[in-house]
Amino acid sequence: MKKWTELVPGAVVLEAGSSARFKTGSWRTFRPVWLQENCIQCLMCWLYCPDMAVKVVDGKMTGFDYDYCKGCGVCAKECPGKQGKKAIVMEPEGK
Amino acid sequence: MGKVVAVTGNEAVANALRQADPDVCSLYPITPQTDIVQRFSSFVANGQVQTELLNAESEHSAMSAAIGAAAGGGRVITATSSQGLALMWEMLHIASGMNLPIIMPLVNRALSAPLNIHGDHSDGMGARDTGWIQLWSENAQEAYDNTIMSFRIGEHTDIRLPIMVCMDGFIVSHSIARMEYLEDDEVKKFIGPYQKVNPLLDLEHPKSFGPLILTDLYHEYKRLQHEIMGRVKNVVLQVSDEFGKLSGRKYGLFESYRLEDAEIALVILNSAAGTSKDVVDELRDKGIKAGLLKPRLFRPFPYVEVGQALKHLKAVCVMDRADSFGGYGPMFMEISSAMYQADGEGRKPKLINKIYGLGGRDYMPHDARKVLLELNEIAKGAPVGAVKEYIGVRE
Ligand code: SF4
Ligand code: SF4
Repeated sequence: MKKWTELVPGAVVLEAGSSARFKTGSWRTFRPVWLQENCIQCLMCWLYCPDMAVKVVDGKMTGFDYDYCKGCGVCAKECPGKQGKKAIVMEPEGK
Repeated sequence: MGKVVAVTGNEAVANALRQADPDVCSLYPITPQTDIVQRFSSFVANGQVQTELLNAESEHSAMSAAIGAAAGGGRVITATSSQGLALMWEMLHIASGMNLPIIMPLVNRALSAPLNIHGDHSDGMGARDTGWIQLWSENAQEAYDNTIMSFRIGEHTDIRLPIMVCMDGFIVSHSIARMEYLEDDEVKKFIGPYQKVNPLLDLEHPKSFGPLILTDLYHEYKRLQHEIMGRVKNVVLQVSDEFGKLSGRKYGLFESYRLEDAEIALVILNSAAGTSKDVVDELRDKGIKAGLLKPRLFRPFPYVEVGQALKHLKAVCVMDRADSFGGYGPMFMEISSAMYQADGEGRKPKLINKIYGLGGRDYMPHDARKVLLELNEIAKGAPVGAVKEYIGVRE
């Protein structure tokens, strides 16, 4: 932890992108779980996630980044899934 | 050598702002300050300054815009009074907490309710704890000089703090008085080009302002703010000294008037100090050793220096043009603290507090005389009655 003598006056953050070091995943009480078999790769989850916690590789949904996912459930709500079956379900943490 | 003119306090301050030619002026009108931003708007319209003018929809927005512009990397001004300052309150803390040197003339006016537009110090005293530097001014000349110096003080790289330059509403802002302008090029040279510190508009070095700082660091940031405030006094003295060489007008942390050999004294801010000095002279002629101390730098308050300047006196009356209801007057609290800490041989002056001139109520020579004569009795051993008392009030 920094001493007061080491701080930048005005609390200006002089480094870009430092918020990446602030991991918010521990706030989660429910976690989204991806059921690949029901996924149609529409990327609605990626579009709606407020925390950029949907991992997309080469244009494909591949799972979640649990370091930043706060468990809001927006992705699960928006996911159309396949034939009425959701590709994202929320499960309680610690279960 | 500057030009001698007869102008109002507002006109004098508007011209100081014109000479500084800031990058941005965000404004919202309010009596009795309106005249400053109105005149400044004319300077912009006439092409006499290069300033970008921003008409905000409230003082809260005017201060918010000033914060944004200052964080962006510009020299920024605004001006306000009374309710306007009250509406800015939230943003005042943000300007100081972010170390943004915004320059703001504050034309002192009473606070509602009841509604009143005239001069007292309730607005400025209410902003005491906002982290802004405060310079107070007796007349148009001092308001002009303090405004020019405020750019050098607030923008100094040792501190980078917002600063209010206070003068009495109507009594000074709207009365025509003799004063001297400096030449435009002299002021330009004295203030110098704006030095940016961590500007937000710098794509090569991206940065963020206003992070969330919780229990792990907030206390440390406030300790740093306290440290920076502690540097202000030296900056004020250094800038005032340089200004003295340019203008021939001397300024310190406060003005001492016939204080060195005095036995009794008034501590009094702004325009009423002028009236009081005349009465001090009159009593001196009668053999009464009266003096006066007029604070200039109220935040940060120079406790040690004020304590030294007053500790030899027998009795002091602190005059407040604002009240802290349920407390003593705000200036009295500062002077009491200064005297309690002042080193000495145990002999300290008796202190009393008078509340005067609220809502623009006239402060006349007979008011000063009455108080000084009461002090003279206390100095001779008469008991102190009420510590805090209203004067010039119909009983
Ligand atoms: S639960 Fe919320 S934060 Fe987590 S991946 Fe879904 S939308 Fe993003
Ligand atoms: S919203 Fe559902 S179906 Fe669409 S990509 Fe995401 S997980 Fe797959």
